[in-house]
Amino acid sequence: MSVAPAEVQQAGTDEDAVLDSPWVTIVWNDPVNLMTYVTYVFQTVFGYAKPRAEKLMLDVHHKGKAVVSSGAREAMERDAETLHGYGLWATVSHDS
Amino acid sequence: MTGAGQEPWPEADPVNDLAGFRPALTGGVTARFGAGQASIVRSLVGQIIELVTAEEAPERSAPAPDDLAAQLGLSDNAELPADPILARLLPDAYADDPDAAAEFRRYTEIGLRSGKVAAAQTVLDTLPADGGKVKLKTEDAQAWLRALNDVRLSLGVVLGVTDDFDDQLEDLSADDPRAAYIGVYQWLGYLQESLVEALE
Repeated sequence: MSVAPAEVQQAGTDEDAVLDSPWVTIVWNDPVNLMTYVTYVFQTVFGYAKPRAEKLMLDVHHKGKAVVSSGAREAMERDAETLHGYGLWATVSHDS
Repeated sequence: MTGAGQEPWPEADPVNDLAGFRPALTGGVTARFGAGQASIVRSLVGQIIELVTAEEAPERSAPAPDDLAAQLGLSDNAELPADPILARLLPDAYADDPDAAAEFRRYTEIGLRSGKVAAAQTVLDTLPADGGKVKLKTEDAQAWLRALNDVRLSLGVVLGVTDDFDDQLEDLSADDPRAAYIGVYQWLGYLQESLVEALE
């Protein structure tokens, strides 16, 4: 976690938050989820264009996992919670 | 991950064209279900509701301070469920940090469970018990996607689905107790795939 005082964090921009706290959301491969469905979820949850969503899906499929978003810890936990709602196996990690 | 369900459910109603979902001319998506198919889907999503609500009893029956916690969406439960199906539906959010995983679960698990119940309930509310035409607006179709996925994840645990599952199937004997569920599992994959494509 960042050691910066809360008021400094709040004053920062989103880009600062990414630089200061490199938390990531990771999606892990599993044998049940459909490739088309996972792509659809990445498009729906993150608003990614289909080519980017498909590339992430293929990374999960071939490499076993992929970083699907990065930023402040709280935002990554929201992403993981949302992905769990869609049945994806997502975890939060620091600077993976 | 896996590709599309390759084959329609072989025991499907003969009256059904097995076309799965397709875009509706007036927006949203549509599909036609045979009575047997509707019965299977309704039964399975009903089992999801039973599963994810069954273990909520502790905080519901807890004394006042915990009732308040429940109202705030906080759960006493911080442990990965012992049931392997529930563990897959409600996974840990931290792979190597049990304390963070427990804290995350305490704040999110009730909401996650209720979201799964709501998605399953949407299926029950929109799929006639005796089958027939289903027409879904996009929001309900997305709930269907999540509910069908929860059912497939659960069946995947029961069937022991792995990445080489298709290869295993070739060696499956006809009297394997899993055989009856495998056709359903594959058909649900086909149905879910058609729903994704209809939404695109």
